[in-house]
Amino acid sequence: MATVTTTTRRREGILRRPTATTGFTSWFTTIDHKKIGILYGATAFVFFLVGGLEALLIRVQLAEPNGTLLNPAQYNQIFTMHGITMIFLFVMPMAAAFFNYFIPLMIGARDVAFPRLNAYSYWVFLLGGLFLYSSFFLGGAPNCGWFCYAPNSTTDPSIGPSFYAIGLIITGIASTAGAVNLAVTVINLRAPGMSLFRLPVFVWMGLVVQLLLAFSLPIITVALFQLLFDREFGTHFYDPTAGGDPVLWQQLFWLFGHPEVYVLILPAFGIFSEVLPVFSRKPLFGYQFVVFSGIAIGFIGFGVWAHHMFAVGLGPVANTAFGITTAIIAIPTGVKIFNWMGTMHRGDIRFTTAMLFTIGGIAMFVIGGLSGVTHAIVPSDYQQTDTYYIVAHFHYVIFGGGVFAFFSALFYWWPKVFGRTLSERLGIAEFVLMLIGFNLTFGPMHILGLEGMIRRTYTYPDSLGLTMWNQVATVGAFLIALSILVFIVNLVVTYVKPRPSAAEVADPWDARTLEWLTTSPPPVYNFEEIPTVHALDEFWHRKYVEDERTGRLVPAQAGAAEAHDDGHAGGHAIHMPSPSFWPLVAALGMPLIGYGVLFSWWLVGLGVIVALTGFYGWALEPSVAED
Amino acid sequence: MSRPGAREPGDTVRPGSPSPTPSRSSRELRETEGTVRKRLLWATAAVLLLLLLGACSSDATQSTLDPQGPYAQKLKDLFVPVFWVAVGVFILVEGGIVWLAIRYRHRKGRDRIPAQIHGNTRLEIGWTIAPALVLAAVMVPTVATIWELAAAPPKDALHVEVRGLQWWWDFQYTDADMQTSFGDRLPIRVADVLVIPVDRVVSLSLLGAGGDITGPEPADADHEVIHSFWIPELAGKQDVVPGRTNHILMQADHPGTYEGQCAEFCGLQHGRMIARVVALSADDWEAWVANQKRPAATPTDPLARQGMDLFLGQLSGGRGSCVNCHAVGGTSAASQAAPELTHFADPTHECFAGCDWDTVDRKALEAWLRNPGAVKFGAKMPNYHLRPDEIEALMAYLYSLR
Repeated sequence: MATVTTTTRRREGILRRPTATTGFTSWFTTIDHKKIGILYGATAFVFFLVGGLEALLIRVQLAEPNGTLLNPAQYNQIFTMHGITMIFLFVMPMAAAFFNYFIPLMIGARDVAFPRLNAYSYWVFLLGGLFLYSSFFLGGAPNCGWFCYAPNSTTDPSIGPSFYAIGLIITGIASTAGAVNLAVTVINLRAPGMSLFRLPVFVWMGLVVQLLLAFSLPIITVALFQLLFDREFGTHFYDPTAGGDPVLWQQLFWLFGHPEVYVLILPAFGIFSEVLPVFSRKPLFGYQFVVFSGIAIGFIGFGVWAHHMFAVGLGPVANTAFGITTAIIAIPTGVKIFNWMGTMHRGDIRFTTAMLFTIGGIAMFVIGGLSGVTHAIVPSDYQQTDTYYIVAHFHYVIFGGGVFAFFSALFYWWPKVFGRTLSERLGIAEFVLMLIGFNLTFGPMHILGLEGMIRRTYTYPDSLGLTMWNQVATVGAFLIALSILVFIVNLVVTYVKPRPSAAEVADPWDARTLEWLTTSPPPVYNFEEIPTVHALDEFWHRKYVEDERTGRLVPAQAGAAEAHDDGHAGGHAIHMPSPSFWPLVAALGMPLIGYGVLFSWWLVGLGVIVALTGFYGWALEPSVAED
Repeated sequence: MSRPGAREPGDTVRPGSPSPTPSRSSRELRETEGTVRKRLLWATAAVLLLLLLGACSSDATQSTLDPQGPYAQKLKDLFVPVFWVAVGVFILVEGGIVWLAIRYRHRKGRDRIPAQIHGNTRLEIGWTIAPALVLAAVMVPTVATIWELAAAPPKDALHVEVRGLQWWWDFQYTDADMQTSFGDRLPIRVADVLVIPVDRVVSLSLLGAGGDITGPEPADADHEVIHSFWIPELAGKQDVVPGRTNHILMQADHPGTYEGQCAEFCGLQHGRMIARVVALSADDWEAWVANQKRPAATPTDPLARQGMDLFLGQLSGGRGSCVNCHAVGGTSAASQAAPELTHFADPTHECFAGCDWDTVDRKALEAWLRNPGAVKFGAKMPNYHLRPDEIEALMAYLYSLR
């Protein structure tokens, strides 16, 4: 077993650069993309549970007309934080977890391009999430909806919208840094022979996501600064009585917000595109089409934003233009489904939990996609918009598509990350419960919306005839909660079982991509030797040699698929970047500045000093080199 | 199609794996799969049908699927065909996925590596073009309807200005023949219930309003925020945006009451910012307009007169006055910050306080006057700490305002 030693401790000044890569404190100083991926995943999962509890509160409040569980002020905070948590603190970081862990492995690299920036992104995300939640104890959580429209947000007397603005600026910094990092990694750190069109689809989708983030986050950052300044410093960007325009907020928000929904779903498309071929034992049908459609979505995704604003009164020209672009973007989104079906066709399909979640996820996404197409029928959207019909649509795509994909990925990649396989029986139980619960919760919402139930409402009159479907939805929500409990039981049961042998978990699914070439879990340097890539699905082609004429496979020579020892003397010559605590220090400056803006200028000064200290230390710390 | 369980062309069977001898005859297997497939498709269709029936034949009184006028009908006429196309796609695609999953599932004891097909460019181009054509076809009537709805209203349309405040609706009739006959000849103004004649196009202008109510606490003030006016049975919604004027065309085919509510999040009581439209037959409309043009009648009942004095004067103990915010035509009360009360007890004014309670519900009115915030969390009408005798008098006055 190769080990990395970075043992020479250069004593420069009082603070020594840490060297330990194991142990409790190593989690705070790690710059290893794999540990950071696990940190992202665990944190995102905790926020998922919190957001889920918020959802249950909403569903209990709405189970009956005139519910009294939450008063309107509490309800507005709960539904706002549910949306913010699920989008910014669960789906995005969970995708970041998988991108962080697997992009370097899938491209045959040893880490991301900027390991300390990677750590910084994680810490800023965590601190941003904690900052947002601290608002509950410091005067009130954001209560304006996750979209926080002006002038409601600029005039609300609660401190919540200010927490919203600063909190999302902070988490936006995390995502922007991560976007730059991963994009550069994919472009620059690919293994020899790994051309762009030999990248796994998951990596391609990752690249498109990072570019979407890099170009859309600055827009919302500007919007958020303007919101903050309107509230705290007396500006009038969104104030029509002083020359501003409330619609400006919506334009800026949705210019970010629409690419954002593709940020949320493209990782799922990537996951489906990896899992389906493995468990159908066939390559992805139409790899190039799938890649191109992802790129097309990335571009066209910047041209549809005002379909969230069809009822704002932009006029028939704008509504026509955006109706047409929205119809256009349905095409690259939809044809992927046929490619996935083509992958299953004539395959040898094994119904592991990962595969069930992927097939189920695709099926649920189809429903969400179809309702999405009905929104493009602009005048019909004058009825649909701001109703539960929209709530149904986006939960079908983000939960049905995205969250199902995450569970698929968890079951698929768990052996690689942790060296253990989750229980399949509990996994299937979770899947069945979740599929039923999910459809019971969100299916009726289509009907509720068409029958007149508005969004973001803390109650509804009993005269509207909406009660029964609301009750069904509430029951469904508790079934979803039960399925998550089954997953947590699965986690516990898996850890209690004896650890499988290394051979059992190295490649348990007979998979296709490079992360399975190395051990489970991978060593800190990922690969003993950086593989040279000769084809798409390089790992599969090392195990099976394909006859191009007939498509028949024969197993490759024994040992061809294993990583060789090329004489690097057990990894002693592999030079890995050293851990560092400066990214965490620099990150701590952010929430301090945030609290300072709200409560005390001294804190702003302190936060700036802490952040600058962190950046200086980061820039000037020595690398810990081998002898 | 080859027999289930048999080899596909191009398959590799791993050397040493058992030969394909299924435990049941191929014919039985084929029939079972066919039955399973059919049953699944019927089950799906049945569930869908049930849901649809549930949707269509409900007690919902605010349904987009129950249009009561030509504009709402246009919207449903667009939605329904597209919906059925979506149902068709759903059955094909989901059915296809289920069928593929069953047909190509791995069979125990057979270790088969399928032919490694990478794609089929012609097929992929085909299944890109086909949906594009369907969507293009759907967008033609869509765009046509966008422009139809954006057309200028006919010359004989009734013009109403709709204002959304926190959290109630204000309606002002701006046509020249809809002015009141007293004072400054202002437009007829009502709150909560928009009254219209049947069979006539109503052109609504949506305007932001608010910001005239203040109080000791920041939360007491009302703000001018975005709302959305939505009466599903009569028309689609449009937002009420401070700083701009939006438009809705509406028409009711039959006399009756049509439910609706604010559809853009606007703060604490967004969920109870209800609106109604009452459509009147031609004769009833004439009578209504004539009544609205008159000022409020001075009450003859002594209790109601007492109430009027309380209403128009300063409440004892420096509590303030109703006239700070409310208007009653023909009196000194002229503020437009709160709902118009001139014809509060007119039968068409079916509901009050953001249309949350029936006007005839005496208990509700009494509770509202006693403490608005207690029955409507965050209500902008302050608590005047009215005594029971004051409330009795004021109610007598309000019910006299027919």
